[in-house]
Amino acid sequence: MKGLIVSSWRWLDDRLGISALIGPSLKHLVPHDARWWYVFGSATMLAFIVQVVTGVALAFSYASSSSQAYETLEFITNQAPFGSFLRGMHYFGASAMVLMVGAHMAQTFLFGSYKYPREMNWTTGVLLLAFTLVMGFTGQLLRWDQTAAWSVVVAAEQAGRVPLVGDFLAQFILGGTTIGGATLSRFFAIHVFIMPALIFIFIGIHLMLVLRHGIAEPPVAGQVVDPATYRADYEERMRKTGHPFWPEGAWRDFVVGTGLIVVIALLAYFIGPPKLDDPPDPSILNADPRPDWYLLWYFALFALMPPQVEGYVMILGPVIIGIILLAAPLLNNRGERAPSRRPWSIAVVLLSVIMIGALWIEGARSPWSPNFDPPPLPQKVVGARSGPVFEGAKVFRDRGCLNCHLIDRIGGRRGPDLTYIGDTLSEGDIIIRIVNGGVNMPAFGNSIKPEELAQLTAFLQSRKRPMPVGLETTHR
Amino acid sequence: MASVFSPRRLPGGYTKFSVNEVAANHSVPDRPVTPEEITRRHFLEKLCIGLTGICAAILGIPLVGFVVAPIFRRTTGKWISVGNITDYEIGKTVSVTITDPSSLPWAGITAKNALWLRRVNDREFTAFSVNCTHLGCPVRWLADADLFMCPCHGGVYYNDGTVAAGPPPKPLIRYDVRTFNGQVEIKTMAIPITTRL
Repeated sequence: MKGLIVSSWRWLDDRLGISALIGPSLKHLVPHDARWWYVFGSATMLAFIVQVVTGVALAFSYASSSSQAYETLEFITNQAPFGSFLRGMHYFGASAMVLMVGAHMAQTFLFGSYKYPREMNWTTGVLLLAFTLVMGFTGQLLRWDQTAAWSVVVAAEQAGRVPLVGDFLAQFILGGTTIGGATLSRFFAIHVFIMPALIFIFIGIHLMLVLRHGIAEPPVAGQVVDPATYRADYEERMRKTGHPFWPEGAWRDFVVGTGLIVVIALLAYFIGPPKLDDPPDPSILNADPRPDWYLLWYFALFALMPPQVEGYVMILGPVIIGIILLAAPLLNNRGERAPSRRPWSIAVVLLSVIMIGALWIEGARSPWSPNFDPPPLPQKVVGARSGPVFEGAKVFRDRGCLNCHLIDRIGGRRGPDLTYIGDTLSEGDIIIRIVNGGVNMPAFGNSIKPEELAQLTAFLQSRKRPMPVGLETTHR
Repeated sequence: MASVFSPRRLPGGYTKFSVNEVAANHSVPDRPVTPEEITRRHFLEKLCIGLTGICAAILGIPLVGFVVAPIFRRTTGKWISVGNITDYEIGKTVSVTITDPSSLPWAGITAKNALWLRRVNDREFTAFSVNCTHLGCPVRWLADADLFMCPCHGGVYYNDGTVAAGPPPKPLIRYDVRTFNGQVEIKTMAIPITTRL
């Protein structure tokens, strides 16, 4: 039996040329010390494979029609066997792909692996990063709920700022002049056909380049990249100390890849897919559109940026970042690779992580967004059952002050915390602020009644720190 | 060009990076090539490239035309009724749902849209787009506060649509609105896109 299998395999291999095709790739020599730092690229590819497999499965039931997609998603999530699990896998697979591509890029940059002769490895990788983010965004839109529909509008608004062609780009994104029948299907085509095709092509090119130039060794301080001698030196080192990729180099990729899939599956099982928001009905205005976590930092950027420069950053920011990333290896493709000799590279990665992380935290908190449904201030906080302070507390809530200001941790965070405002502003100052408004605060002079103003002022003046025990009676 | 696959430097025959060894080793015939053959080859190369271009154009032109067609599809606003004048109280701002009359048949609920309608006096109405002029999110009307607020980045507008706070670069966009035969009519329009930086 064994002999039959072996002879059958030999026949097939001779006719199909499988060993000739993939054998050299599997057996190519890799640095013996390329260990756990080198798993992020294969992990990214594996996450992409998870996306393809789960995406194909979901496509069996998903209808890319503006009028039906939401219902099919409800069916997939609530009724179809494994539907919720597959949606969860697809969501957490996307998250894993974004994380892994980011880690792969940071490692490549820190190790100086983008230098000669691997400049185009880096460039194709940057394009793959961009494709991944486009996949993330379009994927969120295919979750055709209220957030998705409004996110399309936000994307169109951003594209609209592009000089000269902004209006055309916005209409291209919307599939017309409004959200409608043509909107979802074009994002479906982009997400399911165009971007995966591009990713397949560029992963192919990326891997071909990895095979062509070999895997960069872990950097050693003092071992500089000199284009005149690098290839010969690298080949010499590989001949002496390299080992075949299969299996000596590959086993770690398999271990990490298996771990990644297990984690994705566990998250999909225990946490599940992101909940569907309300249906994509643009006439429902109680919407609170937010991007998925990997673009939350970008969402935060537009709340924190000075409005005067926002349009320029919106358009020029991605262009400049793209140019810098694509051009990085062309500007600096030789010399030291070790991070210890390139401290600025550590600073760049750290600053990027800190910047994105800080924006991400702010995006998750969204302190600039009004709290549309704050609870009434409890009597204990108000400190009165009747009178101007009591009435002022009601005005504070009714007039929307509580939507933007905190009182004793209740309310919004858009404006300053007013828990102890009575300690810092006098009666006159408070009235001036309410009537005239201020930075990021509307003026209420035209809408508030005099008695409301008096009650509101009384309430705000009563917001004072409690007296320390002992001083209380003295002051009274 | 030297590479890690160069056969001269890798042991064990691992480095032969050829899908078809026969083709790789016999790409040049073992006989002199005549000038006629060279001319013919050049012609055939150009022929193949030209035919590829023609095929790409046959496939590509309709593809691009089809995909970008929505950009050039012009829809004109249409007057539609949103109810009787008497349905609206003076001084009140309410949301009104409309259905895009030019929507595609399969748009479903996405053909719906909303606007904020304010009855200013006996005959005068003002209708605002719900889209924040910052990035298009739907603004909400807070009646007691007499303000529109945006949930996304904190834009705030007064009851006349002018900017009160936050990042919006301009007031809320207004719909054309008229009264006709006792009805309030709105002229439909595209989602307002802010195109200035």
